[in-house]
Amino acid sequence: MTKQAAAQKSNVSEISAGKAKRIDEHIIEIVSDSGEGAQKCGQTFGSVSGKMGNGVWTVEIIPAEIQPPARSKEGASGVRIRLGSKYVTNMGDQADLVVAFNEQVLYNRIDNRAFREGTVVLLENKWAEDPQPAIREQYAEAVADFKKRGLIIHELPLEKECLKIVSNARRGKNMFVLGMLCRIYSRDVQRALDEIAKTFARKGEKVIKPNHDLFKAGYQYAADNLEYHYEIPPEKEGVQKPTVVTNGNTAIGLGVMASGMELVAMYPITPATSASHYLADAFHLTGGFVHQAEDEIAAVAYAVGASYAGKTACTITSGPGMALKTEVLGLAVMCEVPLVVVDVQRGGPSTGLPTKIEQGDLLSSLYGMPGDAPKVIMAPATISECFHFIITARKLAEAFRTPVFVLTDANLATGVQPYDRPDPQAEWLSAPIDQSEWDKNVPAYDWDEETGLSPRPIPGQPGGEYVLTGLAHTRRSCVAYDSMSNQTGCNMRSRKMAALAATLQKPEIYGDKEGDILVVSWGSTMGAVQEAVDRLRKEGRKVSNVHLRFLAPLEKDLKEIFSKFKKVMTVELNYSDDPEAPLINDATRRYAQLANILRNQTLMDIDCWSIVQGAPLQPGVIHDAVLGRLEKLN
Amino acid sequence: MFGLKADWSLDVQDRYFTIEDYEGAKPRWCTGCGDHGVLTAVHKVCREAQLPPEKIVAVSGIGCSSRLPHYMGTYGFHGLHGRALPFASGVKARRPDLDVWVATGDGDCFSIGGCHWVHALRYNIDMTVLVFDNAVYGLTKKQSSPTSPVGLKTNTHPTGAFLPPLNPLTVTLGVSNVSFVAQVVDWNPLLVYETIKKAHAHRGTSFVRIIQRCPVFVEEVHKDLQNDPSQILLLKHENGIPTNEAVERIYPNQREHDPSDWNAAMEIARNELQVPCGLLYHNPDAPVYDDWSSVGMGMSDEEKIAGINKALDSFSI
Ligand SMILES: Cc1ncc(C[n+]2csc(CCOP(=O)(O)OP(=O)(O)O)c2C)c(N)n1
Ligand code: SF4
Ligand SMILES: [Mg+2]
Repeated sequence: MTKQAAAQKSNVSEISAGKAKRIDEHIIEIVSDSGEGAQKCGQTFGSVSGKMGNGVWTVEIIPAEIQPPARSKEGASGVRIRLGSKYVTNMGDQADLVVAFNEQVLYNRIDNRAFREGTVVLLENKWAEDPQPAIREQYAEAVADFKKRGLIIHELPLEKECLKIVSNARRGKNMFVLGMLCRIYSRDVQRALDEIAKTFARKGEKVIKPNHDLFKAGYQYAADNLEYHYEIPPEKEGVQKPTVVTNGNTAIGLGVMASGMELVAMYPITPATSASHYLADAFHLTGGFVHQAEDEIAAVAYAVGASYAGKTACTITSGPGMALKTEVLGLAVMCEVPLVVVDVQRGGPSTGLPTKIEQGDLLSSLYGMPGDAPKVIMAPATISECFHFIITARKLAEAFRTPVFVLTDANLATGVQPYDRPDPQAEWLSAPIDQSEWDKNVPAYDWDEETGLSPRPIPGQPGGEYVLTGLAHTRRSCVAYDSMSNQTGCNMRSRKMAALAATLQKPEIYGDKEGDILVVSWGSTMGAVQEAVDRLRKEGRKVSNVHLRFLAPLEKDLKEIFSKFKKVMTVELNYSDDPEAPLINDATRRYAQLANILRNQTLMDIDCWSIVQGAPLQPGVIHDAVLGRLEKLN
Repeated sequence: MFGLKADWSLDVQDRYFTIEDYEGAKPRWCTGCGDHGVLTAVHKVCREAQLPPEKIVAVSGIGCSSRLPHYMGTYGFHGLHGRALPFASGVKARRPDLDVWVATGDGDCFSIGGCHWVHALRYNIDMTVLVFDNAVYGLTKKQSSPTSPVGLKTNTHPTGAFLPPLNPLTVTLGVSNVSFVAQVVDWNPLLVYETIKKAHAHRGTSFVRIIQRCPVFVEEVHKDLQNDPSQILLLKHENGIPTNEAVERIYPNQREHDPSDWNAAMEIARNELQVPCGLLYHNPDAPVYDDWSSVGMGMSDEEKIAGINKALDSFSI
C-alpha cells in the first residue's frame, strides 16, 4: 500500500446511510469474465457521468487471450472508471469500489495493485452455492483471504435478483450493476435510461424494455440493501462546450480523417489495431482507404509509395511492427518522403507485453536505423492530442519532407475520456496534388543551404521526372559516385531538424520555475505525473514538471529551464537500472530513454525513475518515487 | 501522334514522344548483359503507347536489374531489396492515372521479396512486372539464387548448388487471382518486345519472367539454351504473344496454347524439360485491387469536412 493510499483510507470507510455523502472523486472497477458485459456497463456509466458534466477517465481491463478460462486470474475483463467533480487526467491510484462477477478475477486486480485496504467489493455470491464443491471451496477461501487483505466484502445475490426479471442472467447482469452504480453515485436516472435505449436502439423495444427493467431493479436493490450512497457533483452541471468521448486510438483515426490523409496501410498488431478498425468503418466518410498489407514491411512500403506519388499516407503499428519497418523508414528519411508513422507502444522487446503499456520505443525510433536517419518524433499527452497531433504530423511531414513519428501507447489507446469536440477546418486538409509543370532546371532535391528544405516533384508533373533512390544521391537524385554528395545529403537532412527546432516553443513549466526537483515526462503519463506533482506541492515540496511533446527535435531552452532546479529527473515507463541494484554504479547504470536523450543533449546529470510492469503509472507511485529522491537530496 | 476518335474526327495531340523521351542515364550494365535488350523493349513499348513520360513510374528493388529506373527518362523509384512490389502498389493506390512498371531480380522477387510476390499477384494491382531472372545474385557478385540450377558453383555454394531450383511459373500460377503470366528469353528482341507490349496492355498485375543472361557470372547457365533453341517451347495462340515466321523458324518446338486454360498452363509450367516462351495464362477479368483502393478519390474539401463532422458527431455527448 502506498503512503498516499493509506492517507485516503479513512475517508472511504466512513459510510453514510440515508442521505448521499458528498465526495470529490471515486475510482470504480467492474470486473468479470470476458463476455459478461462489464465493459459495456462501465462505458455507459462513463458516458452518463460525462454528460452530467463530471470528469471521467475510463480504461479497459483486457485479458490477453480471446477466450481465457472462466473464473481465472488471467481472464479478468472489465473496466475502471475514475469519476470526479473536476477534470480527470488519468486512471488514478487504487479503486474505492469494485463490482466483481466472480471472486477469482479479483486476484488479477490485486496483482495489479488496483486495490487497497478498505476498498469496497460488491461480489456476486452465487458461487457459494455452486453445485461443484471445488468452486464453493475456492469461493469461501478467496472471500476469507480478501477479508484478511483488508478488503470490505459484500456478498450479493446479483444473479438471483436478475433472474426475477430475465431468464438468462449472464446477459443482463451488467445492466443490473449499472443500476446499482447509478444509485450509489446518484447518477441521473433519465440520462442512464436514454443511454441504454441508445445502446440497444437497433435491437428494438423488446430488448430495451428488459434492460431498462434490470437497470431499475439494480437501482432499487442498491437503495434498499446498500449503505453506500455518494454524490459527486460536477463542477459545472451538464456539458458546457461541444464534447466528444473516444479512446486514443479512435482519436487517431479521427485525426487521420481530419488531416486530409486518404490512406492508412497497416498490419494487425495489438494495441494499435483498433485505430485501423475504426478507420475501416468510418474512413469512407472522408473518401479514405485502409490497406491491410501482407506484413508491416509491405504496409509501410505501400504508404511510402503512395506518399511518393503525392498522397501523404499513414502507417499505424506497435513495437514489433516498428522493428520490421525500420529499413523502409530509413529509405523515407533518406529520400525525404513525407509519411506519418503511428506507434502505439506496448511492452518490449520481442513480442513482449502485447496488451500492456510501455514507453519503450523512443530510442529505437530515434536511433534504430543504420546510418544517420533524423526524423521528427512527437508524443501526444492526452486523447485529444492524439487527434490534433496527427494533423500537425501530416503538415510537418509535407513541409519538412520527412517521416514524422507519433508515439502513443496502450494507455492512451484504450483510455476513454471526454474532450472538446474538434472543429474541423479546411486548412487541416492536405492540398490537392500539384500536377503543374515543373521547371526542369530545378533539381529534385533543391536544398536550401540554410534550412535543408526543398520542394518536391510529384509524379505527373511534366519536367519533374526524377528517380527516387535509397542510394546516396546528388541534388538531381542521381546515384552519387563522389564523396561529398553523401556528406551534403546528410547535412541537409539534419539541418531540417534544426530548422524545425527553431520554430518550436519553450515547454510550459507546471509549477514554479525553480525548486528542488523538476520531473520531466513525455507521452501518456502527463496526467498522473502532474497529479503527483500537485500532491507533493500541497505537502510543501518544491517540485515542478515539464512535459515534452516533441522528442526529436527537442523543444527549446531545456538547459536553461533545467538549470533552475537542484535536480532534474525523468519519470518514464521504460527500463532503467535501479541505482541501488547490485553492480550498478555510475559506470554501469543504464538510464531511462528520455533521460538518455536529455543527458546527451544537455550534458547535465539528469536522473530518472522508471518501471516496466505493464501498467499505467499511478499518481501515488510517482509521488512516492519523487519523494524518495527528494529525501536523498536534502 | 494523331488518332481517330469514336466520332471519326481527327484528334491531334500536341505532344509526340520519341524513344529519347523515355531514356534516362546511360546504362551501366556489363557488356552482353541481358538487361540491355529488355530496357530497349520497354522504351519501345512506351513510345508505341505514346505514354507521357511524367505519367510513368518505374519502380524497382535492389540488384543489377533494379537499376532500370535510372535508365528511364520518366519518374522512378529505386527502392529496397525485395520491396519493389509493395512500393509500386502504394504508388498506384491513389494514382490510377499513373502507369506503373516494376523491375525486379530473381533474388529480389523470389527470395527476399517472396512474401510480397505472392500477395502482389493476389492483389492484382494494375502494373507491369518484369522479373529479370539470371539464376544468380549479380550485384552482390555471384551467390546462389532461388532459381540457380543444381550444381551451379557460386560463392555461397562453391561445390555446386544442391537444392532443386524454385519454379517461378508454377508458384505464380498457384496464386489465386493471378491474371497474367508470361515467360520470354532476353535474346529474342521481337519476342521480348511483343511480350512486354502484351503485358503492358493488360489491366492487372502482368507477371513476366525474363530468362536473362549474365555472361559475367553464370555464362554457362544460358549458353546451352541459347545454342539449342529446341529446348524452348514456343506457345502460340491468337490470344497469346504474336510471333512471326522468323521466330517460328528459330523455335521449331511449338505448342498451340489457349492462355485462358489454367490447367494447360500449369501442365506446361511443370514440365521442366523444356522452357516455355509465350503467354501461359491470361484472365482479363480478375478483380483489380486498385478498384477498391481508389474508392472515394476526388472528394471535395467540403465533403470531407462534412464527413469528419459526421464521424465526430457519433461521439458527441
Ligand atoms: C536488406 C538487404 N539485404 C541484402 C542486400 C544486398 N543485395 C543487394 S542486391 C542483392 C541480390 C540481387 O540479386 P537479384 O535480385 O537476383 O538481382 P540481380 O543483381 O541478379 O539483377 C543482394 C543480396 C541489400 N541491398 N539489402
Ligand atoms: S553482373 Fe550480370 S546481371 Fe549484373 S550487369 Fe553484369 S551481366 Fe548483368
Ligand atoms: Mg539475379
